[in-house]
Amino acid sequence: MPAPIGRRDKDGKTAMQVMLLIHADESAWPRMPEAERNAAMAAYGAYTEALRAAGALVNANRLMPAGTAHTVRLVNGAPQVLDGPYAETREQLGGYYLIEVPDMATALRWAARCPGAGHGVVEARPVMA
Amino acid sequence: MTAASLAAERAARDSYGRLLAWLAARGRDIAQAEDALADAFAAALATWPRDGVPDKPEAWLLTAARRRLLDGHRRRATASAAEPTLRHAALLAEEPEPDAIPDHRLALLLACAAPEVERAAQAPLMLQVVLGLDAARIASAFLVSPAAMGQRLVRAKRRIAASGARFALPGREGVAARLPAVLDAIYAAYAAGAQDPADGGALAGEALWLARIAAALAPEEAEALGLAALLLHLEARRPAARDTAGHYVPLSDQPPEAWDGAMQAEAEALLRRAFALGAPGRFQWEAAVQSVHAARRVTGRTDWAAILLLYDALLAATASPVVALNRAVALAEAGGVAAGLAALRSLGADGRLAGYQPFWAAMASLAARAGETAEAEAARLRAAGLATDPAVRDFLLRLSPS
Repeated sequence: MPAPIGRRDKDGKTAMQVMLLIHADESAWPRMPEAERNAAMAAYGAYTEALRAAGALVNANRLMPAGTAHTVRLVNGAPQVLDGPYAETREQLGGYYLIEVPDMATALRWAARCPGAGHGVVEARPVMA
Repeated sequence: MTAASLAAERAARDSYGRLLAWLAARGRDIAQAEDALADAFAAALATWPRDGVPDKPEAWLLTAARRRLLDGHRRRATASAAEPTLRHAALLAEEPEPDAIPDHRLALLLACAAPEVERAAQAPLMLQVVLGLDAARIASAFLVSPAAMGQRLVRAKRRIAASGARFALPGREGVAARLPAVLDAIYAAYAAGAQDPADGGALAGEALWLARIAAALAPEEAEALGLAALLLHLEARRPAARDTAGHYVPLSDQPPEAWDGAMQAEAEALLRRAFALGAPGRFQWEAAVQSVHAARRVTGRTDWAAILLLYDALLAATASPVVALNRAVALAEAGGVAAGLAALRSLGADGRLAGYQPFWAAMASLAARAGETAEAEAARLRAAGLATDPAVRDFLLRLSPS
């Protein structure tokens, strides 16, 4: 792993941004009983608030299901648009948190707290500064 | 599993650290000793099923590993004719007494917690070197990648080798001076293991094993006994923190029958021996707090006034914000919710506990009992957001019945 590129925040402490990418089986969501869905929403809500209170939250979003995705590439110089996500895997990118933390160890602690680590996989990727 | 591989497994569990300590003391390099021992275990797995398990499996393994190390030394010696290498070869050539392989594991533990080993590597190093756990298994509990943990361990062993550590036991005073770092690292290993539910929290059990080794090899050191007592108490209750459906059960709701009485009795015996040595300290007080909780099995109640006194002593000795948090909770029980809540609020101003999940869980509980509904709700959500364990998170979000 290349060393994450640290930079200094306004207080002179090192800070880095890390993307927490939540990959999960999105077909599980509509099959969940409503109580379980509400529970998951509550867990994400609490997690988001904890990040905000810690001053670590930069941005977060939940994405529409992968079926709404389109891919675009140039084929012989002409744009080609296809329906669906880039990779047809069972686990799809379903949302992300962009966080600002002093180091990767702190980022991994937040990744472990993310409810997504329980029902899917959380990928932590440092942002290139 | 065949009888032979079972015997190899058992030998591994019981003797790994003892054999490694012996080899490291003679060969002066942990990494080389580990390689030699791994080869010896591989040879055992290959030959024991065919030839039968030897009478003295430990001595067999030691002889095989010793030969490996000697071969390596001879090769290096002919290349460099280096004086220290020759001296190590002479030490290794001494035939060990098969019935009395001396137990050097305390020296090995002291080497793992030596000042030249970076702090974050000390606990993982003990788990690997003394118990033979692999880096990947250790890594997840400490929330780092297996590759990063592997590098950290390799670096630590190189530092120890470069420092010229002799893995010889220092005198009583030397042990006393360096033991606190060992005990801190074992405690850190337990804490990491207890919050890592993989294999049913097996890593916590391994850390307890380390504490037992330290207590057995330094029986005159009260804090070593205190740490073993503390971890036995915590381990005795760990399974009771889950009900049959997997929901989280806080200590106050745990039925004492769910606790492991044998472990608690062992803890009590250790703690009595520790107190008799007349050298009180942090781990003995912490163990004494757990011993008051354990007494609920007999008395049906918790003596919070006694716990408060113990936390007073701990706070005076350590000034730790986590101890101050626990003291505030005890104060709420012994001296009223208002006093406990006030203590918690002033602690909150200090900032060091802002990211500490148990602080917000305690705040949620005390504020709710004091009728401070809004404050309680905010703290409850904050605690849930900081939880790693889904069962604890569900409990805080009131998603599981309690």
